[in-house]
Formats: sequence, C-alpha cells, structure tokens
Amino acid sequence: MLENYFPILLFILVGLAVGGGAMACGWLLAPNRPDSEKLSPYECGFEAFEDARMKFDVRYYLVAILFILFDLEIAFLFPWAVVLNEIGTFGFVAMMIFLGILVVGFIYEWMKGALEWD
Amino acid sequence: MEYAQQLFGQFFGADWGSALFSLTKNLVLILAIVLPLLLSVAYLTLAERKIIAFMQIRVGPNRVTLFGIPWLAGWGQPMADAVKALMKEIIIPNGANKFLFIMAPILTIAPALAAWAVVPFSPEVVLADINAGLLYILAMTSMGVYGVIIAGWASNSKYAFIGAMRCAAQVVSYELAMGFALVCVLMMSHSLNLGDIVKGQEGGSFVNWYLIPLFPMFLVYFISGVAETNRAPFDVAEGESEIVAGFHVEYSGMAFTVFFLAEYSNMILVATLASLIFLGGWLPPFDIAPFTMIPGFIWLLLKIAFLLFFFLWFRATFPRYRYDQIMRLGWKVFIPMTLVWIVLLGSVMQLPASVLGSFPLNLWFH
Repeated sequence: MLENYFPILLFILVGLAVGGGAMACGWLLAPNRPDSEKLSPYECGFEAFEDARMKFDVRYYLVAILFILFDLEIAFLFPWAVVLNEIGTFGFVAMMIFLGILVVGFIYEWMKGALEWD
Repeated sequence: MEYAQQLFGQFFGADWGSALFSLTKNLVLILAIVLPLLLSVAYLTLAERKIIAFMQIRVGPNRVTLFGIPWLAGWGQPMADAVKALMKEIIIPNGANKFLFIMAPILTIAPALAAWAVVPFSPEVVLADINAGLLYILAMTSMGVYGVIIAGWASNSKYAFIGAMRCAAQVVSYELAMGFALVCVLMMSHSLNLGDIVKGQEGGSFVNWYLIPLFPMFLVYFISGVAETNRAPFDVAEGESEIVAGFHVEYSGMAFTVFFLAEYSNMILVATLASLIFLGGWLPPFDIAPFTMIPGFIWLLLKIAFLLFFFLWFRATFPRYRYDQIMRLGWKVFIPMTLVWIVLLGSVMQLPASVLGSFPLNLWFH
C-alpha cells in the first residue's frame, strides 16, 4: 500500500530538481552584471516611493478565512461522496443538515456584503 | 525487466539491488512523463502563438526552422525561446528576500509536475495507482499558490505584491468551485482513483460519459480551471495594462521561464483531468469498429488537445474580466450552482433501485 506512494515522493523530488536545475543552468550560462538601476524594484521608471510591504485590503483576509471554511467543507464532502451509495438515506440526510447549516452562514456573509468587491 | 532486476541484484547485492532497481525504474518512468510533458509545454506555446495569430489574421512565428528544413518554418521557435531565456541574466532586486525569491519558481513548478504522478494514460499505464488520486491532485494544485504568494512577497515590488494578493484570492476562490464540482463526480464514480473514474464511464458510447449528467459541473470545472491557471480572461493577476506583469514582474531569464513552464503544464493538467473525469479519458465516443481501432491513448490525447484549444480560443476572444466580476462569478454563481447540483444529484441517488436501474438513469448510476 505505502510503496505505491514512493514514486510520488520521487516525482516531487524530480519536480524540485527540474525547477532548481533550470535556475542553476540559467545562473551558470547567463551573464551577471548588476548595477544599481537594474537592481531597483520596477516602478514605471520612478524611484520606488516607499516600502512595497504596504497595507492591503482587509477583504483578502476575509476571502482567505472563508476559503478555509469552505475548503474544510469540501474535505468533509469528499469521503461522504465516495461512499454515498452505501450509507443510504441516513447519510444523505445527515450531510444535508450539515450543508444546510453552512448555507445559512453563506447567505449571512452574502447579505453582510462580505463578497462585494467594489 | 526481470533480467535488469537480476543484474542489479548481482551488482549491488540482494538488499541494495532491489531498492536501487526500484529507484532506477521509477526515475526512468518519471522522466518518461516529465520529458514529453516539457516538450508539449514548449509546443503549446508555439500552438498558442500560431492559433492566436491565425485568429487575428497574422502569420505567427515563421522564421526559425528545425534542421534547416524549409516547411518546418516556425517549428524551431520554442527551442530558440528556451535558449534565449537560458542566456538572459537572472536579476535579483535590491530589497528582495533572496532565498524566497529563488525558491518561489521552484515551489511553483514542483507541484505542477508532481501532480502528474497519479494521472493514468491508459487502463494499465499509470505511475502511482493510489486510491486517493483525485485528493492528491487537489492537494498538489493547491500548493501552486504558495509559489505565487512567496514570489510576490519576496520581490519587494508593489506590482508584484498586488499581483500576488489578487492571484492568491482568485485561485483559492475558484478552488472551492472546482472542489464542489469534483464532489459531484465522486458521488457518481464511488472512487477517488482516476482510473476507476474513467472505468465508471464505460458502457458503449459518449452518452455514458459524466459530461452528459454533469454538464453544468463540467462547465464549472473547466472555467475554474482557466481561472486557476490565471489564463485570459481571468488573468488580472498578471494584467499587463494595470499591474505590468503581476507577481513575476521582477523575475527575468530562467526564473521567469520556470513560472511559465509551471503555468503551461498546469493548463495541460487541467485539460487532462477534464478529459479523464468528464470526457471518458481513453474511451472512444462509440464502441464500434472504426472508433475502437484507434488506441485509447490517442483518444486521450485528442481530447486533451481539444480542451487546450479552448484555452487558446478564450485568450484570443474574450476581453479581460474586472476583478470584482471574477470574484462575483466564483463566489456568487459557481458555488451556489455547485451546491444546488450536489443536493439535486444526492436526491436522485436516493430514488429506489428499480428507478435508478431503468432507462435513462441506468446509463450513469451503476
């Protein structure tokens, strides 16, 4: 069982090697002549005005939090969906109650304007 | 194969021989997936430029030939591009966090390639035949967003930062719709194994494919796939008219190319998964003579190419979405739509066995 996962581990290492190898080749073959203008962050030709690690819109946080909730829901739905034909009506109704609670939350955030972006 | 195993046993001893043999065998198999994949990525860029040129009544790349053969004009372009990218300086900006800046492209491409480990190419040909195949792919494709957000943060450039924020929020939003659409597939296939999902669509003709009963979910999955790979019309993350190039604005040379390798191999992955899950993978559209004579692998390739064409067609046709429109489509259209479909499909599956076993439901519910 677990030895089926060995090729996957190896594949991840090969993926890292492809990325790292390509970058290393570029590093070795390409010229490297830095100067201060070349190394400054790109800002349409101006000197950079302030640090780029600036404040950003709180809605990105909100999206991230909502994503965690719904992704967890998907994590619950995956095993349920696989065995749905075996657990019958009881399993179906139980998941519908769970989904119903989450849909109430979804409607609440929708009404509160958490999904608005303008 | 057994001879090679014996040879390893003799050379390295009984203990080391089998371990090294398994390592070598798997490495060869992995390279047999990765190298054709990278080659298809190279030629997908050429196909993209040629097809978009055709749609805009231009010629497209027509100068670089292969081996000096005149009628292959343009076919050497991907190789020329690769060599050019290799020769360009990799610039690491002053304020950048160097380690993260170099790690970001590697972290983007590693999961994009590793996701291919569980993809079956025909009933027998699959590298890792694991039961959690679809879950693994979902996990791997989610990892890609780390590369993007690290790239945006490490660059210490405003455009890169804004692009990374936009991209991350967009990718996670569409990931939800994609996940819900896949739940519908799992309800019908009773398995996470991609090979079993294709086998669940057997039955004589294209009518048995999950495309027919789950057509809205196919649309949701495919459009989410376009949004997840940051392709036009959902490419605000790198919208050149607003934030120049988004999260990879500070990347140059090979570092930039690695990001693009990842993006294009993700495109091919989305097309492959959509063909496997909804279009019956290696199954021919009709189980009769002229169609069954073509090998299953060719059918799979044809379906992948067909879906990839849509990626390019979208890019040539649609204007870019506004960011609030993208988020509205993901959260307010796709997620409610998939939720309704899950409930609907679940309710149909609660019908008595006699109803599910009769026409037309017996085509899909086994």
